[in-house]
Amino acid sequence: MSTPLQVTARLRDPVTTDDHIRGPSDAAVTIVEYGDFQCQFCGAAYPNLHELLRQRADTVRLVYRYFPIANVHPYAERAAETAEAAGVRGRFWEMHDWLYEHQDQLDPVHLSLGVEQVGLPPDELNAEVENRAHADRVRRDFVGGIRSGVNGTPTLFVNGVRHDGGYDLPDLLTAADAAANA
Amino acid sequence: MSDPNGLIQPGRTAPGFTLPATPDGALLGPEQFRGRPVVLAFYPADWSPVCGDQMSLYQSAAPVFAQYQAVVLGLSVDGIWSHRAFAESRGIEFPLLADFEPKGEVARSYGAYMPHGEAARALVVLDPAGQVTWSYLSPPEVNPGADGIFDALDRLAADRKVMAG
Repeated sequence: MSTPLQVTARLRDPVTTDDHIRGPSDAAVTIVEYGDFQCQFCGAAYPNLHELLRQRADTVRLVYRYFPIANVHPYAERAAETAEAAGVRGRFWEMHDWLYEHQDQLDPVHLSLGVEQVGLPPDELNAEVENRAHADRVRRDFVGGIRSGVNGTPTLFVNGVRHDGGYDLPDLLTAADAAANA
Repeated sequence: MSDPNGLIQPGRTAPGFTLPATPDGALLGPEQFRGRPVVLAFYPADWSPVCGDQMSLYQSAAPVFAQYQAVVLGLSVDGIWSHRAFAESRGIEFPLLADFEPKGEVARSYGAYMPHGEAARALVVLDPAGQVTWSYLSPPEVNPGADGIFDALDRLAADRKVMAG
């Protein structure tokens, strides 16, 4: 009888300046999140990650990568491409936060209102998304994630190692502190 | 009978079979896809949250599987009607095979059947000739992701390049 073999998944695409990064560049702990804007579990983790960054402002930084599971979440891809369109205008995190704070309003009409609230021109961003101008970037993140062992959303990598624990604040603090002291 | 040696190992010839598959119940099996790599994803049951994620994940990765011309087949002991409803609810377009009657016969022949009556969560990659090239048994509650599958497909593609060269 062969026994189940636990292989720890590791991040294969290193963090680069192309990534969306929040927190100090010299942080001891880098958390890479693969997320889907329409995923309720990502939505549940969002305030906890925020609080983690607040409580560990000197030691933890967060990197966000797109992992839309489009067959289950019909608005996820469009939301990701809209966030990227905001990102090329220097507003990625504002858009990211709006999306996670309005997960029940990701349909195209409400999404346009969200783009406006973030202070960007909705028609211009819509046109880019319609032309799939940012599809390659989203896909690149997705493929890198699947090659790294992303097995659902959210998947976090803490200093390159997949975090298989929970997403409540105490879980995240424990994981971040363990990585900082490793 | 369950294979006493556990999950089928690399180098063995994959047992042949056909089973009713989504969407329409047509009989499908790995021999129909000779010449292409075949990924057999055994999973315990439709609808349980982890499997949902695993099969949904493989659907979302369909463009990557397509780059390898790989065929993905999901297998559990659920019947075709459960499979069909499950596939529709998760947008799963690759075939889900019903190892339903005799129950679990195919899972047993791959050493991927559990005594309590469900398939194990096991991944088996077949090369284009139908030999097992990689297999992996995951704990039932852990979604194994797809990184191991793509590593196996990469090795197959590299071997084929060497053969052609």
